[in-house]
Amino acid sequence: MKDMSYNAVTGRMADIIQNAVGVDYKQFELGGIAFDYEKLMASTGYTLEDNIRIQESVNVGHTPIFELHNLTALARKCAKPGYGARIFVKDEASNPAGSFKERRAATSVYHAKKMGYKGVIAATSGNYGAAVASQAAMQGLKCLIVQECFDSHGVGQPEILEKARKCEALGAEVLQLSVGPELFYETLMMLEDTGYFNASLYSAFGIGGVETLGWELGHQFIEKYGRHPDAVVVANAGGGNLTGTARGLHKAGCNPKIIAASVDLSGLHMASDKAFNRKSFTTAHTGFGVPHSSKPDSCDLPRSAARPLRYMDRYVSVTQGETFYITEALATLEGMEKGPAGNTSLTAAFYLAQEMPEDQIIVAQETEYTGAGKSIMPQLSFARKNGIELKFGDPKDEIPGTNIIFPSRPELLKARDLDLEHIRRSYIKHAVGTYPIDKLSDVDLKFLAEETNTDLAFVKSVLGI
Amino acid sequence: MAKKGDWVRIHRNVLEPSGRAASVPEDTKKVPLEMWDKGHLLEDAELGGECRVLTRTGRVEHGTLIEVNPQFEINFGDFVPEVLAIDDQLRDALFGGEQA
Repeated sequence: MKDMSYNAVTGRMADIIQNAVGVDYKQFELGGIAFDYEKLMASTGYTLEDNIRIQESVNVGHTPIFELHNLTALARKCAKPGYGARIFVKDEASNPAGSFKERRAATSVYHAKKMGYKGVIAATSGNYGAAVASQAAMQGLKCLIVQECFDSHGVGQPEILEKARKCEALGAEVLQLSVGPELFYETLMMLEDTGYFNASLYSAFGIGGVETLGWELGHQFIEKYGRHPDAVVVANAGGGNLTGTARGLHKAGCNPKIIAASVDLSGLHMASDKAFNRKSFTTAHTGFGVPHSSKPDSCDLPRSAARPLRYMDRYVSVTQGETFYITEALATLEGMEKGPAGNTSLTAAFYLAQEMPEDQIIVAQETEYTGAGKSIMPQLSFARKNGIELKFGDPKDEIPGTNIIFPSRPELLKARDLDLEHIRRSYIKHAVGTYPIDKLSDVDLKFLAEETNTDLAFVKSVLGI
Repeated sequence: MAKKGDWVRIHRNVLEPSGRAASVPEDTKKVPLEMWDKGHLLEDAELGGECRVLTRTGRVEHGTLIEVNPQFEINFGDFVPEVLAIDDQLRDALFGGEQA
């Protein structure tokens, strides 16, 4: 009988993952702290063109871009004269399971099937579960989704409960857990038990799949408007959305400013039983976005293919109240009802547009589906039941877990800059860890500069060498 | 009494508090890691009793039987009047008070 304790199972992680992904991650290591990221990305054997073809064969991608005329007009009323860039959104909710995550799932499931796996497993409480379930349904594989869903009183976050329903509607088994990082422990046990493919959010299959989003964006703007956008805002949690989109944009010859945006949940511990149901956003928030940026490899694979700091030019946060407010604005001013978490980038874009001249273009690169549990009303109702105060005022006064403040005037909505240099420093310190600094090679130093989108001088200054 | 073949929801503790990961915060460490799953009963069972089920992926799971024909409990929640106030404010700000 195998030892199924937490320490024993996590101790077998390397073997379990190798069997469940079919990739030996040791081949990417470069000896010191560095690894060959582009080799990892190429190791899937699927090029961008392959990913486009695979996604087309399963009805994923080619989502429309919409200009939001009324939201742009409102932003211009808040901005100084001559300012207020044109705001666009890419309607990723029109993918089969309702989010961009289907791009991330398509190649994984395609590859799993090609390799002869009977099913796929993903550890996710987000839209990715529905995406994997949808792709598994379409491609004829079994699907098991492992969710962190309930607090210790058995109270489930409505948004996650809806995602469980959707996964089941698409034929998946949904194994739900109470709060805790042991989600990955349970996932490892399931991988061992079933022999299924680990459709990890952080694999090169997943991130390569998101490249099609950026590539489409670049081409759509040239075809429709004869020019590239000036800024693209991407919601940041695990970093895959940003990494894939940026890589795809670059492959399309498009180099806009890449701006990451997360909902501010500072002060709430993500693994805390008590804090779990005091937040209204279960993804795209700082509780994931900041640590995953500075420690990308803290995931369910030895090396994550999501490395957002490589591509990020700026990182901003918006509040829960502001994101609900823009979700309502999208409904009442633009006639599009979408899920709140998928509007994180749009919320930031509404403010960032006001910093840009009128002739420029800013894009929020996603929307997500909405419905019972997952729209603004059930989320706010749930917050109120959990003792969160809802009120109008200045969003800068919002305290996550205590209140949700809707802007009392649209001009009070601000995207606030996170200290990107601090996150880069933090990345370097984590990456080096206990490795002796005098043993760092030129390859290691160059790697750290690439990883942080900086230069050797910056890396050396952080390390004090 | 639930019959063999019924679609049910089960619950069990995966890790007791003493077995939880070292990294979890104090409040989480005080409670077990719990799991819920669904499947078809492999034999007749009582509500609140132990049972085995066959899940949608064909796995055998075990736990306490807590619900037969489990419902989805998601809805649109209680009405939140602030949402209408946001609408009014936004339309007023954009269209200058002319209700569109």
